[in-house]
Amino acid sequence: MDKSPFEYAPAPESRALVSIKPQYGLFINGAWVEPKSKTKFATINPATEEVLSKISQASDSDVDRAVKAARAAYTKTWSKMPAKERGKYLFRIARIMQERAREFAVLETLDNGKPIRESRDVDVPLAAAHFFYHAGWADKLDYAGLGSNPKPHGVVGQIIPWNFPLLMLAWKIAPALATGNTVLLKPAETTPLTALLFAEVCQQAELPAGVVNIITGDGATGAAMVNHPDIDKIAFTGSTEVGKLIARSIAISGKSATLELGGKAANIVFEDAPIDEAIEGIVNGIFFNQGHVCCAGSRLIVQENIYDELLEKLKRRMSLIRVGDPLDKNTDLGAINSAAQLAKIKELSISGDTEGAFRWSPDCSLPSKGFWFAPTIFTGVTQSHRIAREEIFGPVLSILTFRTPQEAIEKANNTPFGLSAGVWSEKGSRILWASKALKAGVIWANTFNKFDPASPFGGYKESGWGREGGRHGLSAYLKGAK
Amino acid sequence: MSRIDVKKTYKLFIGGQFPRSESGRSYEITGADGKFIANPALASRKDLRDAVTAAKSALPGWSGATAFNRGQILYRIAEIMEGRRDQFVAEILALEGGTTKAATAQVTEAIDLWVWYAGWCDKISTIAGATNPIAGPYYNFTIPEELGVVGVIAEQKESLLGLIAAIAPVISTGNTAVVIASEKRPLPAITLSEALATSDLPAGVLNILTGKVSELAPWLASHMEIDGLDVTGVNSKIESELRIAGAENLKRIHRFNKAQSPERMLAFMEAKTVWHPIGV
Repeated sequence: MDKSPFEYAPAPESRALVSIKPQYGLFINGAWVEPKSKTKFATINPATEEVLSKISQASDSDVDRAVKAARAAYTKTWSKMPAKERGKYLFRIARIMQERAREFAVLETLDNGKPIRESRDVDVPLAAAHFFYHAGWADKLDYAGLGSNPKPHGVVGQIIPWNFPLLMLAWKIAPALATGNTVLLKPAETTPLTALLFAEVCQQAELPAGVVNIITGDGATGAAMVNHPDIDKIAFTGSTEVGKLIARSIAISGKSATLELGGKAANIVFEDAPIDEAIEGIVNGIFFNQGHVCCAGSRLIVQENIYDELLEKLKRRMSLIRVGDPLDKNTDLGAINSAAQLAKIKELSISGDTEGAFRWSPDCSLPSKGFWFAPTIFTGVTQSHRIAREEIFGPVLSILTFRTPQEAIEKANNTPFGLSAGVWSEKGSRILWASKALKAGVIWANTFNKFDPASPFGGYKESGWGREGGRHGLSAYLKGAK
Repeated sequence: MSRIDVKKTYKLFIGGQFPRSESGRSYEITGADGKFIANPALASRKDLRDAVTAAKSALPGWSGATAFNRGQILYRIAEIMEGRRDQFVAEILALEGGTTKAATAQVTEAIDLWVWYAGWCDKISTIAGATNPIAGPYYNFTIPEELGVVGVIAEQKESLLGLIAAIAPVISTGNTAVVIASEKRPLPAITLSEALATSDLPAGVLNILTGKVSELAPWLASHMEIDGLDVTGVNSKIESELRIAGAENLKRIHRFNKAQSPERMLAFMEAKTVWHPIGV
């Protein structure tokens, strides 16, 4: 690719419009406070390993402070405010996020490693849209399907992952606030910066103190939230393993929970699929956001008679993927978010080699610093291979084949996960038949990895509890008659 | 000499059949007056696993049936129960005591509940589904679907009404179920299985076990082929234990207060959202 006459000149987005503080406190009760633990940890740019800032480790007592702030805000302010006015705060937040969109995008890319093209065109606009969408719900909850006058849970503890830091924040905070809950939110320890910038947005929007509290830390902070007696509901996005831990932890306390967990999505390509569109969908399905996507189309299931043609086209298309500087506007595939995640991707990929699958990657030079993994496919994958069963959460695609439609569905459903699935066919009846037969919460037919605030998202089986987005997601933050 | 009654042997209901427990065990049931009534089967873990297999096998057919068809079958159950009204009243009186009026009212409410849920079968998707106005050239809709196999620990006190309040909503949406009947008052549940066996309900859609809740419930909660659990029939301490066991496959676990509520259907449904591009 280096020798291509069509090589792009570097087109880096400017870093100048973000100012990152050397260190951050916790955002509790509308103000910045230092953690009682007095402990800070570094957050780095995964593309360069440069330290971006020092972040506070919230201890149990910090969590307790945040819960008290959220409880007081709930009791004294937020639950008493007319819903119409509550909604206006969300509209304000949406507008400020739009105004500061480029700043958020650059910061997200610096802290996460995702291409600026994605943070700018997907993460940030969708995050703002989530606030705008839910703002309008605030004074219409009687129509949310739970009968008249549904009630919020109260104080909600929210724990989000590192793959879509700001977007996951929006998915969590917007519906919680619209329905009248107050929140404390913990971003992932490797990607806290956009959540901390969001705290500034709350200040600019003059959101009453304590309605949103942002606390940073590792798994211990998350555990303190899950086990805190005065949190009414937990909303978690992350691994199925941690999701199950949370489910056990709250078994006795009776807290409600929504869990948005792992996936191993099948992307089924039938012989009558629009092949060029399907290739784009496959690439988007697995290489979007470096494959750090719970709903990534990580198992490609192709009808046998088009396999050779599809594989050749896929390899050609993969050769055009530009891997490198996430801030470059031409970059398609950015950095892996952390050394730990890179090690996991490598370990699972090696299992693919040793279990007998065939690895292929296009020629691409990877930067010497930072965490990188070339776009990769495995062929000759069988259902028993670890790379066909376990979530890799990286740019690694496992390819399987099928002969009959029934076989495709059986292979697709042969997983404890059930988050998403893809179907490619030009035949309408086949699309609807497959959509019905697939056990997954989101079915992308002749498209993949599309998201919208109005569209419910969430999984069957071990991919979690509940939905986020749309009326279905809203109801997860409300209590109706049972 | 007066006629000697022909007493019934009370058995399990698994896959449309009426087996005894594979364990060969039974237990003694006494009436509200303390006198012996029957020796129903004491179901084992193996019986429970057989029941799950039957429920799993029945799932594609039942969930694939049209909602209209399911509605007719639920209504048919009400029809058959209506014909056995006196038998249900007698069993409730014998087991629960109380007045004939109260027992009759329970049977009436139970039958009417089948009618209510029968009418829901082809409406719940309309109420709980949506077309979603997304910002792009895509058609996007959400439909609720059956969850799969649901374990039910029926309410213990009102032996018939509690049972039907749990199972009617579960199967109305296309789920199949494994049910643990009221431990001390299982007779109406067994009589119900006889009604079910003659009501066009496909074999395996409802499987009813009698026995000890404390013995069977943990297996119900930990079984990896069971997708949801109604814990209305246990106390909160046991509920917590079942929730811990059920976390292994992230079972949807719910407790209910109302007999007649769409929430009892929706709790064991999953929302599926489908996207498709719009274009020429």
